[in-house]
Amino acid sequence: MTMATAATPAIGSSPSVSVPVARHATADTRGLVEKVTIRNLDFFYGDTRALKSISLPLYANKATAFIGPSGCGKSTLLRILNRMYDLYPNQRATGEVSFDGEDILSPKQDLNLLRARIGMVFQKPTPFPMSIYENIAFGVRLYEKLARAELDARVESALRRAALWEEVKDKLASNGLSLSGGQQQRLCIARTVAVKPEVILFDEPCSALDPISTAKIEELIDELKKDYTIVIVTHNMQQAARVSDFTAFMYLGTLVEFGPTQMIFTSPKDQRTQDYITGRFG
Amino acid sequence: MQPHTIGSYDADLKELDELIGNMASRTDTLLDEATQALAAGDVERAQRVIAADAAVDQLQHIIEEKAIATIARRQPVAIDLRHIVSTIRIANDLERIGDLAKNVAKRVIAIAAQPASVKVASSLAPLAARAREQLQNVSAAYLNRDDRAALEVWRSDGDIDALHTSLFRELLTYMMEDPRSIGFCTHLLFCAKNLERIGDHATNIAETLHYMLTGDMLSADRPKADESSGVDPKLEPHKI
Repeated sequence: MTMATAATPAIGSSPSVSVPVARHATADTRGLVEKVTIRNLDFFYGDTRALKSISLPLYANKATAFIGPSGCGKSTLLRILNRMYDLYPNQRATGEVSFDGEDILSPKQDLNLLRARIGMVFQKPTPFPMSIYENIAFGVRLYEKLARAELDARVESALRRAALWEEVKDKLASNGLSLSGGQQQRLCIARTVAVKPEVILFDEPCSALDPISTAKIEELIDELKKDYTIVIVTHNMQQAARVSDFTAFMYLGTLVEFGPTQMIFTSPKDQRTQDYITGRFG
Repeated sequence: MQPHTIGSYDADLKELDELIGNMASRTDTLLDEATQALAAGDVERAQRVIAADAAVDQLQHIIEEKAIATIARRQPVAIDLRHIVSTIRIANDLERIGDLAKNVAKRVIAIAAQPASVKVASSLAPLAARAREQLQNVSAAYLNRDDRAALEVWRSDGDIDALHTSLFRELLTYMMEDPRSIGFCTHLLFCAKNLERIGDHATNIAETLHYMLTGDMLSADRPKADESSGVDPKLEPHKI
């Protein structure tokens, strides 16, 4: 892995005259808190090693994007963070994924609790076939016993956080499936936010949406960063450039380069990163 | 470098490079012609330089439009983004070099009536030659993607500054010796300044090229040797 560093010596500088360089962006991570720390993570689908010794931090209140060609392991990596792979046989992860100091991979991990703390929004909107209100209240009831007024308040604040309240406040009893695709996706975000997670995972959240809905989701991600740690997998590189603070480029199950998004998209250090993001791959 | 999956993107970038190459070569011709006009007191040649500058200005507009259209269509990142932004900056520097060559040509016409000026003007030849060499070297460095050559140009600007300083003193001497020379010597001082500025623009292009190739920005405190302003450059911290 290449970690973009603050100052690299310029090429071709003669010994007599030094060439001072001023970096336009630095990999200054001072003051950032590692919400999740991934160390030497390997993942296997049966005998196939899909992730190879991945190590990287996910900083609190920052958005980190995973990018890379299909099959590079970015979605696999995302699904490890809330132990989604446990739903399937013959899949296992080795290494360490530390979440506030606690190992996510530990067999003792309470998965329901983990998935409440690390929420996920999927590629296609997946509202439950129930009312808008119930879509949100359903998850909350699994974890908390709230009085009706408190639950109402929670539903409203979640819908507000997801920038959907104004559009649905007069039809909370309507079926969630009656909403447009973009609204359904925001409903799913509201549902995720309602259980008060700490980390939100987005798996291609806009790939089924039109540009305006996409812009609303991106605006929302920007807003959500204030309270949550965001991880987003996307095929849309402009989207990664727009919404993320840090970007990880993955290829063939390895992490090729990780650094501040601005640096990855202006001067990536690895040739493979450059070829991929500039459209020169394969 | 590998080609883009979308071939027409490569064609866009190639066209921008060809435009830069064309502009650099026209600018070089302008500078050469202006220098020759200065050395020979050749008014006709100077007038041709003035007329030819319009084509260089036109090329700058074409490059800017092409670059902006390419940004809009391709949403470039990394090397492609640095490349396209660099063409805009380089075209701007080349346009300024063309203007400065034109200004030299205008002064050739202004001093043509004084035959004594031609002999003194020959003192500017080494400065003009160095400025042109810098322009040619940086243009070649751009077309060859040669960072080493770009840094060489960047470091060599001190020579031009030193030549300018010594010319400044020489022209002052002429003016003190013979006040009748003050008129054309003042014009020649401006010519010298214009040539020195051409060197600065060549250096700017070298900085842009280094950024384009590496993503690193060269800092402003490159080696300076121009003392004609009367301030020791070593005493000026972080002059930008």
